[in-house]
Amino acid sequence: MDKHSAPGPQEPNAMIGPGHSFNSVTDKISSIVLREGAPRGWWIGFGIGFVLTNMMLVSLIYLFARGTGIWGVNIPVGWGFAIINFVWWIGIGHAGTLISAILLLLRQEWRTSINRFAEAMTLFAVACAGIFPVIHTGRPWLAYWLFPYPNTMGLWPNFRSPLIWDVFAVSTYASVSLLFWYVGLIPDMATLRDRTVKIIPKRIYGVLSLGWRGSVRHWHRYETAYLLLAGLSTPLVVSVHTIVSFDFAVSITPGWHATIFPPYFVAGAVFAGFAMVLTIAIPLRRVYELQDFVTAQHLDYMARVMLATGLIVGYGYLTEAFMAWYSANPYETFMMSNRMTGPYAPVYWLLITCNILSIQALWFEKVRATPIGLFIVAMFVNVGMWLERFIIVATSLHRDFLPSSWAMYAGTVWDWSLFIGTLGFFVSLLFLFIRFLPMISIFEMKTMVPEAEVREDLL
Amino acid sequence: MPTPTEAHQVDMTAIRRRLRERLEAGNGKSYWRSLDELADSDDFRTFLNSEFPSEAETLVGSVDRRRFLQLMGASLALAGVSACTRQPVEKILPYVKAPEEIVPGEPLFFASAYPLAGAAQGVLVESHTGRPTKIEGNPDHPGSLGSSNALAQASILDLYDPDRSQIITRAGEIRTWENFSAELRKVADSHKESKGEGLHILSRSVCSPTLLAEIEQVLNDMPKAAWTVYEPAGHDHEREGVKLAFGDYRRVHYDFSKAKVVLSLESDFLSAGPGSVRYTRDFSAARRVESSHDEMNRLYVVEALPSNTGAMADHRLALKSSHLPVFIQSLAAELGLPVASRSALPTHARWISALARDLRANAGASIVLAGETQDPAVHAACLAINEMLGNLGKTVLFADPTPAPQGSQSKNLAALVSAMKAGSVQTLVILGGNPVYDTPADLGFAEALAKVSFSLHLSLYNNETSELCLWHVPEAHYLEAWGDALAYDGSVSVVQPLIAPLYDSKSSLELLALINDRVGMSGYDLVRDHWRKRYSGPDFESFWKQSIHDGIIDSAAVGISTKAAAPPIPGQRWAAELSKAASKGASGAGRGLELIFRADPHVGDGSFANNGWLQETPKPITKLTWDNAALISPATAESLGLENEDVITLSVDTQSVNAPVWIVPGQAKDTVAVHLGYGRSRAGKIGNGLGFNAYKLRSNDAMWTRTELKLGETGEKYPLACTQHHHSMEGRELVRSATLFEYRDNPGFATGDDHGLDPEASMFPDHPYEGYAWGMTIDLAACTGCNACSVACQAENNIAVVGKEEVAKGREMSWIRIDRYFEGDIDEPSVLHQPVNCQHCERAPCELVCPVNATVHSDEGINEMVYNRCVGTRYCSNNCPYKVRRFNFFLYSDFDTEVSKLQRNPDVTIRSRGVMEKCSYCVQRINLKRIEAKREDRSIRDGELQTACQAACPAQAISFGDINDPESKVAKLKANERNYALLGELGVKPRTTYLAGLKNPNPELAAEDGGSSRAAGGHS
Repeated sequence: MDKHSAPGPQEPNAMIGPGHSFNSVTDKISSIVLREGAPRGWWIGFGIGFVLTNMMLVSLIYLFARGTGIWGVNIPVGWGFAIINFVWWIGIGHAGTLISAILLLLRQEWRTSINRFAEAMTLFAVACAGIFPVIHTGRPWLAYWLFPYPNTMGLWPNFRSPLIWDVFAVSTYASVSLLFWYVGLIPDMATLRDRTVKIIPKRIYGVLSLGWRGSVRHWHRYETAYLLLAGLSTPLVVSVHTIVSFDFAVSITPGWHATIFPPYFVAGAVFAGFAMVLTIAIPLRRVYELQDFVTAQHLDYMARVMLATGLIVGYGYLTEAFMAWYSANPYETFMMSNRMTGPYAPVYWLLITCNILSIQALWFEKVRATPIGLFIVAMFVNVGMWLERFIIVATSLHRDFLPSSWAMYAGTVWDWSLFIGTLGFFVSLLFLFIRFLPMISIFEMKTMVPEAEVREDLL
Repeated sequence: MPTPTEAHQVDMTAIRRRLRERLEAGNGKSYWRSLDELADSDDFRTFLNSEFPSEAETLVGSVDRRRFLQLMGASLALAGVSACTRQPVEKILPYVKAPEEIVPGEPLFFASAYPLAGAAQGVLVESHTGRPTKIEGNPDHPGSLGSSNALAQASILDLYDPDRSQIITRAGEIRTWENFSAELRKVADSHKESKGEGLHILSRSVCSPTLLAEIEQVLNDMPKAAWTVYEPAGHDHEREGVKLAFGDYRRVHYDFSKAKVVLSLESDFLSAGPGSVRYTRDFSAARRVESSHDEMNRLYVVEALPSNTGAMADHRLALKSSHLPVFIQSLAAELGLPVASRSALPTHARWISALARDLRANAGASIVLAGETQDPAVHAACLAINEMLGNLGKTVLFADPTPAPQGSQSKNLAALVSAMKAGSVQTLVILGGNPVYDTPADLGFAEALAKVSFSLHLSLYNNETSELCLWHVPEAHYLEAWGDALAYDGSVSVVQPLIAPLYDSKSSLELLALINDRVGMSGYDLVRDHWRKRYSGPDFESFWKQSIHDGIIDSAAVGISTKAAAPPIPGQRWAAELSKAASKGASGAGRGLELIFRADPHVGDGSFANNGWLQETPKPITKLTWDNAALISPATAESLGLENEDVITLSVDTQSVNAPVWIVPGQAKDTVAVHLGYGRSRAGKIGNGLGFNAYKLRSNDAMWTRTELKLGETGEKYPLACTQHHHSMEGRELVRSATLFEYRDNPGFATGDDHGLDPEASMFPDHPYEGYAWGMTIDLAACTGCNACSVACQAENNIAVVGKEEVAKGREMSWIRIDRYFEGDIDEPSVLHQPVNCQHCERAPCELVCPVNATVHSDEGINEMVYNRCVGTRYCSNNCPYKVRRFNFFLYSDFDTEVSKLQRNPDVTIRSRGVMEKCSYCVQRINLKRIEAKREDRSIRDGELQTACQAACPAQAISFGDINDPESKVAKLKANERNYALLGELGVKPRTTYLAGLKNPNPELAAEDGGSSRAAGGHS
């Protein structure tokens, strides 16, 4: 958007609804947090999330008590839902940092209204993802051995293993994302501190806002820190999923051993991330009547990003198939034909339907302009990206080199309960976030109102 | 109650004073538990009484002082008496190859013998501090030559089975041995008065000469007593066949090392039966080729159900069991023997004439043999053909007959049961076995047993029969009791116990000695006395020592003949019987569906139903575990519209049973095969409720084949746990094989082109291997797929049993598995076996991906699994192209059952939940030999070291050693042109390599018999 154009009537593709002032923005967003009690919808949503979180806890306790065997994993399919879910959640966790960091650096101002909850979503997704690498091990109480810490055994982890790279990549990503999110929250936390009348929230917001007074020096430091963190997170957006893809690409298993994996995984992650942002944003703006802040223009942009990354993912699928044929490697060729025609073929074609066919609707402006249509496409993509990980993990392993070892894989009731449980955990965290923190950045939204426009001609 | 803290403050000065006083007063060391006790204060005594009131009240109550003193006095006196009996000396001798090397803490090996179904296999038993832990073959024993089989390997597990019978019971109530022996002796005495009227002994096949002597004594003392032998899957038909041919009983055995052509009619001589270990050794030796100029023997197999022997065949013909008499008749006619001239089965005329020519060309160097499932007439016909070919005395040998009652087992058993029903059997002594379960259902043994007033069952388990008998006495395992046993060729071994009986159990010998008034004679005395009487030479003591040390008794010294001459075979009797059998098979009865019975390859007749190792080892060909099934051919399945796991009702006459279907490529059309040994109700925790009871379909008149079988569908499904779902190699060059001609044309056929890739190419330098470099070869031309390696590995490496559900999920733990592929026509496929263990890749994909360095490379090239370090990411398994890694998804190892702990190999870690495990090339054995060698300042000699699988392999298919030593056997084999690496094109450089399979088809038949002459590489 051109900041320097003359002020005029609200354009149709504006990033904020008409008639907003600094005050109205602050009122609108902070009131969601500061109102008395929560709406009934919030309680229902949080309640469902809470119940499912408990299901997750039960699944975890049973897992620790009995062992990995409660899942469907076997030999040859040594990885199952745990790794599928891990990669899926990590992928979802990509949109937040991409929106916050890369779009910030690219001065895409439309990110402003969605970055806060996208970042929150990232954090929560990474939290859900982070559960899995630990608990998927046979002896989760020893999973800390993956960290290089000085120990009496004199042992280091194996730095050649992609799982170790994963440990670093994911933990770095989680901590930088958390920092980025928190730093971004400081000015808003001060706003809440100043606006709330109750003593306890005032104290809590007061502590969390780290003594923010809104002085110019504060703003200067803040802007510098935020920009630096953005610069720091930018490579992480690319690196995390690249390294997650190495878990597969570095191995020799047909279907995993492919150089296309890093870019294809990163694109898939952004694709999945935007789908999840849309999945959350569309109901949220409706329930809390935030159409003025998350406008049709935002949805349109996000749909475009989704379409673009979805096409890259589609290209990835094509490349996989092409390389399987072109390499003339019998194991690769078989793997591909097994995916397309073998026992998991319905899953593969469902994945193609979800990830490739469904997004073709986004070429049409009309679809991009209909929130419900967008929501449906986003749900397709959410499912499709999970299926993609299922296909990569399960179909590559279940029929590899020696036909004598071939076997089938399916999740058990505990696989599903844990997966659905983490969905509930994610939802719970999200609802808590909506209730207690401003889901849209107040101070950044203020830069969008016409009053904030800097009239250089007047300087 | 005052607590010690509040009620009693310790007065330290008082304590010190009292302590000094006590120390000065006392003499010697005095111990104290606490300061309070030391102080010996009143408060402490009060506290002690209130805390441990029992201690204060022990002597209060009904027992007064006078009574107490009486009791004490009596027990002290009696204790003194018991100390007067001296334990008799029963010397056992360790088998030591080099006695000067004995070191405490190292395992000792003792020779013994594993008796099974009337013949024993010589074994060496590894003993760790008095616990037998592992069975090895006895190199000095003719039935073993150092190898063993799956059953012998698994027999150690039975010893420690927690479900074994542990107590003597009478009508279900616990009794002592004294109770029992008193009652038995009373019963025996009453029988002695009536010359044994109403006394019957029912036993399994007896292979112990001493036991036979005991039985004979019973029969001599009590002429009206009777002895019956029943072996549900024994050698009765073979025995009767010999009688039919020669007119008398004799033991027949074969020398496969001299046979160039072998024809087997349903004889699974490579896998089943007492001689199978030796037969496999000789057979594979006669088949081994080191270069393309060597000769191979040739095997023809005609059978209904594919067996391991059938899989080894150069030509295999799938015929219904009932058609085999016709087949052998045609062959006999073709060879010019005086048989009723029946035209050959039309489609096989060419096959038969080519076979006949091949046999004639190898007269004197061929063997024709039949399996137990065939009619005695077929056995007799085989002997007649052997005689005509001049094989008798050369490849077909005779020994003294197996001791057994006269007449066929079926007739004897029927007579016994009808006598029981008539009430004329008052006393039935059942030595081992399980007749209530395993006698043919149409006899009604259980009902008859109810009419016997004194029934006694001596058995390893309190099983179906024990339940219905008055008395049950736990039988001693063969590793617990002295005995002796005849081998397949009639030579004798002493069965040496390795451990005192774990429970109050007795051997058959000890039980019969009781009847024979030899009260108090131990098994040791009985066996030793028996051989002292039979030994004619000087110095019995050293002869005895030598015999138990070696595990084999010098046959000549005790007047036993293992290679007796045979009289000529009169032509008429067997030919007439064969005609009868053949016309039965060719008649209408032979045309419909036919039910055939087989002993289960692992649980046998049901005796090993509670053996987890055997239950979980995939059965040859079908790869099923934990169940039996109604096996049918693909064509039959198609025509009846049946699929795997469909439950069908099998009914013959009035007998019927429900069974799940399993389709077996290569099975004869219109046959349904069932394995015995399942459907047990009192086998134990492991064996109960598995599969269905095929004995319910058996008839005493038709033990192995029943015609006019009817099938009914139930519409139900029953899940079966199969370890290999995929039968085809998918055109991959996994098992490479060729015919002998192809090999001669193209000696390098096995190496292939590796898809044009260079397996040596790498961006990284290779590991240097300066010392030893361990490597293995597996000869696919020799492997029969018998599973001996797999069970031996399980015993050696403490591998857990996981159960049917876990196997069905694909979580079996076997470190060495036998892959089985079918190739060619689905009705007459070739069966290819390939044992796969960890290949110990030099560039191991697993090592790279483990995040915690839990699987690492040794400087000798072994891929080592560090259980303690493993966190269980399973990444290594995902990246293993051979999928040989096994994961403890649950806590599979049994850490709780005390008796099972005794079996474990102390040199191998027991794996806990959540860790990966796999073949270690028996690194514990390597290290043992390394220590020995270091101590002698030398390097490990080639052949000195054997892995468990290698040692067990009866076909000598596995070689292991140092590939850095160019003179080692394994290095030479790796240089052989047949050597290839499985998935070598991946560039992982496996240390285990394979020698490509070879077949030797008859050139006359090769052209048409496509199934057996396949192109190299297995492209399909």
